[in-house]
Amino acid sequence: MSPAVTETAVTIRVDGQEVAVPEGATILDACDAAGVETPTICYGPTLTPVNVCRVCVVELDGSRALVPSCSRPAEEGMVVHTDSERVRHSRKMVIEFLATGVDVSQADELGQWAEHYGADPDRYVPGGETMNEPVRVQDNLYIRDYDKCVLCYRCVEACGDDAQHTYAISVAGRGFGARISTEFDVTLPDSACVYCGNCVAVCPTNALQFKTEYDLRQADDWRPEDQSVTQTVCSYCGVGCNLELHVQDNQIVKCTSPDDHDVTRGNLCIKGRFGWNYV
Amino acid sequence: MPPRPRGPPLADLHFGDDQPTDAELAAIDAIVSPADAATVTETERVVRGGRSRRQGLRHLLLPVLHSLQHEIGWISPGGLNGAAKRLGVPPAEAYGVATFYELLRTTDPGHTNDVVHVCVDPSCALAGNEELRESLEASGAKVHNSPCLGQCERAPALFVQGVGRPDRVPADDDEDFRLPQAGDPGLRVLSRVGVVDSTSLDSYREHGGYQALASAIEMGPDAVISAISDSGLSGRGGAAFPTGIKWRAVADEPGPDKHVVANCDESEPGTFKDRILCEHDPFAVIESMTIAGLATGSPHGWIYIRGEYPRATARLEGAIAQARAAGLLGDDVAGSGQRFDIELRRGAGAYICGEETALFNSIEGFRGEPRNKPPFPTTHGLFNQPTAINNPETLINVLDIVTDGPDAYRSVGTERSPGTRLFCLSGRVGVPGLYEVPFGTPLGELIELAGGPVGSLAAVLLGGAAGVFVGPDSLDMPLTLEDAREAGATLGSGVVTVFDDTVDMEAVVVRIAEFFRDESCGQCVPCRVGTQRQHEVLVELQASGQPLPPQRVELIDDMALAMVDASICGLGHTAASAVRSAIDLGLIGNSS
Ligand SMILES: Cc1cc2nc3c(=O)[nH]c(=O)nc-3n(C[C@H](O)[C@H](O)[C@H](O)COP(=O)(O)O)c2cc1C
Ligand code: SF4
Ligand code: SF4
Ligand code: SF4
Ligand code: FES
Ligand code: FES
Repeated sequence: MSPAVTETAVTIRVDGQEVAVPEGATILDACDAAGVETPTICYGPTLTPVNVCRVCVVELDGSRALVPSCSRPAEEGMVVHTDSERVRHSRKMVIEFLATGVDVSQADELGQWAEHYGADPDRYVPGGETMNEPVRVQDNLYIRDYDKCVLCYRCVEACGDDAQHTYAISVAGRGFGARISTEFDVTLPDSACVYCGNCVAVCPTNALQFKTEYDLRQADDWRPEDQSVTQTVCSYCGVGCNLELHVQDNQIVKCTSPDDHDVTRGNLCIKGRFGWNYV
Repeated sequence: MPPRPRGPPLADLHFGDDQPTDAELAAIDAIVSPADAATVTETERVVRGGRSRRQGLRHLLLPVLHSLQHEIGWISPGGLNGAAKRLGVPPAEAYGVATFYELLRTTDPGHTNDVVHVCVDPSCALAGNEELRESLEASGAKVHNSPCLGQCERAPALFVQGVGRPDRVPADDDEDFRLPQAGDPGLRVLSRVGVVDSTSLDSYREHGGYQALASAIEMGPDAVISAISDSGLSGRGGAAFPTGIKWRAVADEPGPDKHVVANCDESEPGTFKDRILCEHDPFAVIESMTIAGLATGSPHGWIYIRGEYPRATARLEGAIAQARAAGLLGDDVAGSGQRFDIELRRGAGAYICGEETALFNSIEGFRGEPRNKPPFPTTHGLFNQPTAINNPETLINVLDIVTDGPDAYRSVGTERSPGTRLFCLSGRVGVPGLYEVPFGTPLGELIELAGGPVGSLAAVLLGGAAGVFVGPDSLDMPLTLEDAREAGATLGSGVVTVFDDTVDMEAVVVRIAEFFRDESCGQCVPCRVGTQRQHEVLVELQASGQPLPPQRVELIDDMALAMVDASICGLGHTAASAVRSAIDLGLIGNSS
């Protein structure tokens, strides 16, 4: 459904379909409005687009290279193709590339798109480089398993300018050796981290996981299908953050917060995110 | 010179327990005194294809890290904390920056010896870099492999990174520099190189220096930019963008917070022209930047020079100081009533920082990661302000255009590629060196000018690692932008590396693939993973000694297309082009 056309709307054409979006909206917004589904990895509705994964690329008439739909503002008269040969090829290659070096088994959406585009990560040279990082278990709250990290920068943005303003983590190194890291890879307890868990909330691949989830998975006892979600309002302070408590076998196993809540935008502090650990 | 901090201060930053030593504090003090310690503030978000940026004194981060590296030999946890605290930068981010650069070390090397960087790129490999490295190692030197050091004409190349002592390039010790074309009346861009005393403003003036600036002031900004547009001058840094259009766009932006940047990061394997220009005609770089500043209404000039170029750095610094003292830089440039001054920044070993937006991030104290375009530098450049960034060769061309007019400029070259072009010849060629020829000169003629091929010519790499190989049948190709494009080639930054039939081309191509893998900033998936996998396929080929199987060719093509189509910047866009052309020409993959 297209949003109401206002005076400041821009009209663009997505796969032959005219769609009007408010000024400042991105091509991705226009695709959404046109009902065209787009794979995304580094994009998060609450985050400033970093446009690094390139899985959301589309073909834009007049542009030599494909353009990232998640960050490119829609401009009047743009003609966009989301299912051309070139678009399908680049999307497939991005997914394939990630799967060759990263454990994407818990990135559910990516798996669906991989099938959609026919990604085949097995056709590469055997024994190629991978992330090859040990799981970092440094406290009882959350773990970092960078073998699953696709370097989408979402945690960095959530910890930094987009939400938390703590700047505990950054991208370090260069090229294929780039990793998310604290300074000199010091442990989280030694870093600036305040355990708000906002990074965990935005991670698309489960590289960042609640310790409770990690332990259950290690015990082969993680059963999302048996979990229920309870909505509640955090009682630690007067802000009124919404919490979603995920419960398995009468145990709270993780805590999220809805992205569309106008107070929290998916973000919490240590008390709301992890306080149930001590209840 | 950077904009004033805006917005509320950042929340308290957390620093670990590691403290800087006295020596580390002194190294930090040398760049920012404790009295100037920063209150970093948040700035407005940059939502169009970039991340939000905080500024404050952050633009001094790279100079402070350089200072620590130089004095201490590495960036220790205490040193990093001291630097981060002084500048108000989160330590994790400072670490992210320090680990981005090849010349900065974040692990204790366990010694304070100088580090000798040995070039491993093609021209040096042909000139015996292996033997050189072995003999250096045998003599106990601390040796580090380096990509092309920009000295391919005097291969094999070395750069000595000093700890507590100045950096140096051993080949610089021999001071009787002479161009192969010395005395040729056809030289334009190179007319003063090797002739003028590059440490003396007086000598520069005696050779016609600063006449162009006087003309430019008389003509006024509009006429200067029109002359540049009419001349047809295009960028010499690789992308060949019309300079007049770029300058006009910046001039049309309102407000005084605009910048002119000279991109002297020269790191394209096979390129050494900008080093020679900066070492032997530094005042020309300063004068042409000043003209750019006045023409575009930008009071802020920046030179970003490659970290491995100590002599060029010293000469440029000397030229800036002399120009400033003579009133040719500063609040009232040469009596024009306009302000223009230049700050110099050193890179720290990262090819990607030559990409214009990565260069801006590097100056600003962030990781040298390119930004998505649009927006373009002319509106959102350095510090997110309008910026005209040019290669030094492009800039120096401006002097003749302003002095002699666009028609005179167009008297050589072709209609669509007017003027002359610098070419860096190295490899299996009689007289390696820097040459200037009119656009349109056939490739074979250029190679003959450089003493002809040595041995039996097998291939020429045009445009560097980011360029393409061409075979002996391309020798009559006129060197113009249009002919190169038509042939599916590129002149790029003017690299002409010559290979004969004794060269192991598979090794050359594997090394080119390795170069891209090493130099990818790692930001976007197509390039970060594509350059890695491309290298793995070529290593597999090399080890197999077999022809390249069709499914491997298909994989290479698939990867190449994704890198071209979906990467953020030119590094990814060109990372497969030399490899691809080597396969097409049958230089690799035919078995042995
Ligand atoms: C990976 C990469 C490296 C680059 N390195 C350089 C460089 O070292 N020097 C340079 O002038 N331009 C370099 N460029 C091109 C610049 O982005 C930019 O186009 C140029 O500085 C503009 O100046 P010009 O118009 O005078 O050529 C590089 C581009 C890419 C993609
Ligand atoms: S838990 Fe919060 S403070 Fe800690 S790294 Fe994640 S986002 Fe940053
Ligand atoms: S840890 Fe998760 S959120 Fe952070 S970069 Fe990796 S995949 Fe993205
Ligand atoms: S193409 Fe390569 S160098 Fe350029 S932004 Fe992407 S990863 Fe970085
Ligand atoms: S979702 Fe757009 S580039 Fe990652
Ligand atoms: S200096 Fe070695 S190849 Fe350029």
